[in-house]
Amino acid sequence: MIRIKNLSKLYQTKKQQVQAVDNVSLNIEQGEIFGVIGYSGAGKSTFVRLINRLEEPTNGSVVIHEKDITKMSTNQLRKKRQKIGMIFQHFNLLWSRTVFDNIAFPLEIAGVSKAERKEKVQELINLVGLTGKENVYPSQLSGGQKQRVGIARALANDPEVLLCDEATSALDPETTDDILDLLVSINKKLNLTVILITHEMHVIQKICHRVAVMENGNVVETGDVLDVFVKPQSKTTKRFVQQLHPLEYEKENLVDFINDKEDSEVVKLHFIGNNAKRAVISEVAKKFDVEINILQGSIAPTQEGAYGTLYVEINGDKNILEETISFLRGTGVEVEVLRHV
Amino acid sequence: MFEQLFPNVVMDDMWQATWETLYMTIFAGIGTFVLGIILGLLLFLTDQGNLWQNRLINFITATIVNVFRAIPFIILILLLFPFTDFLIGTIRGWKAALPALIIGSAPFYARLVEIGLKEVDKGVIEAAKSMGAKGYTIIFKVLLPESMPAIISGITVTLIALISYTAMAGVIGAGGLGDLAYMKGFQRWDFDVVFLCTVFIVVIVFVVQFIGDFLSRVIDKR
Repeated sequence: MIRIKNLSKLYQTKKQQVQAVDNVSLNIEQGEIFGVIGYSGAGKSTFVRLINRLEEPTNGSVVIHEKDITKMSTNQLRKKRQKIGMIFQHFNLLWSRTVFDNIAFPLEIAGVSKAERKEKVQELINLVGLTGKENVYPSQLSGGQKQRVGIARALANDPEVLLCDEATSALDPETTDDILDLLVSINKKLNLTVILITHEMHVIQKICHRVAVMENGNVVETGDVLDVFVKPQSKTTKRFVQQLHPLEYEKENLVDFINDKEDSEVVKLHFIGNNAKRAVISEVAKKFDVEINILQGSIAPTQEGAYGTLYVEINGDKNILEETISFLRGTGVEVEVLRHV
Repeated sequence: MFEQLFPNVVMDDMWQATWETLYMTIFAGIGTFVLGIILGLLLFLTDQGNLWQNRLINFITATIVNVFRAIPFIILILLLFPFTDFLIGTIRGWKAALPALIIGSAPFYARLVEIGLKEVDKGVIEAAKSMGAKGYTIIFKVLLPESMPAIISGITVTLIALISYTAMAGVIGAGGLGDLAYMKGFQRWDFDVVFLCTVFIVVIVFVVQFIGDFLSRVIDKR
């Protein structure tokens, strides 16, 4: 468990002051994947560096497993850092070392014996799926493979927490998904707490349990990923959600389908959590004498269940239509009948 | 054939002089390598935003380096005569040339080392810090290995400058091919000796360049 309290970072130059992180307080539970999202300049990179004191906080405290990082001496901090893994946007591997030696590096720092190092590194190489690449140099690897080395290296000393600084931002979408899957499987296998910084909502949606949205050094919104998705409060959060579900905001395009006829309705179905897995549409089609025409939609899985919207046109007798809609409401799906404004 | 082309050349003298030049280059090279890396590290590490950030030490080191780089080598030798006499006990022979050679070329090499260190990815240093690495671990396991190609190509360039310095040192009594070319060649107007000395020096330079290029290519895994 990580308790962050009133954490602040003020950069002071001769000409100006920049409040990179402003009084941030968060609690992160053991074993959860916690996302921090924000646009560039929001202070999220500084924030993650305050957690292992790569940047010295101006104020506040970071308590990891009951130990206050901010009160530690340089020596204590070095020891503690061995238990805080970190991966980076640009991987930051040593090009002069092979994959094996890169992963062995943190073990060398921790003073692990050569024989133990060998065993541990091999185990990690297998864990991240790089078997056979031991003696290859990073320059010969693809971006995704490099990040796998980065992850293996970060896990070498069995960390209590893994910090990910834009870990997938330099990767293509497919590789991003592979790396995210790897992070989820490691999180489950080792019950490892992960703190993840990103500017991509997709990343949050795919693997995070909880999320904090940052803007101008402040956390403007925090909560379960699903809640934040369904009911974004701040403007920034809404923009991020929109990035993921552009359809939400394209209702106008449906105008042509909406009409005043009694035997036809355009309905917005909002799926949250486990409802999304039910075959609601086909149930309705079998049960009622209606025609269902899917107009547009998207459903995205998150760690806490699926989430999405579907726009459908339902044609049928007026009474049956009403029954259908109340049946839909009964399944737990949020239903909204669209009318002309 | 050889005797007709080079009537005044005594091969024993040539080899003797070649060895002297090689000794000077090798020993001064080792000294330059060590001193240059120490100075280069000091320049880099004490610079703004780096591991041992320290304005004063950085300023002092940079000043020393700049001053010694500014002194023409031939004057540096003369300037260091008392120091050499004290250190080596003589001001003649190839050993006596070493202090001046090292002090003359180490500052130059230090700057090359510094440039190489600056090229090391800041992210890699940050990564090492995030793993809990100590200062000396970062120096010996990150900074130096990661800048090794620059360190090697830097010493190659420096060694070649050093060979030319040994010739200058030769003229004022250090021995070697420069000495031979000047004393036996130029002074007696035997230009075949001067020419052959030149050829020997050029060959040494080529060999050094070749080895340096080869090493830095093999070592570079980027």
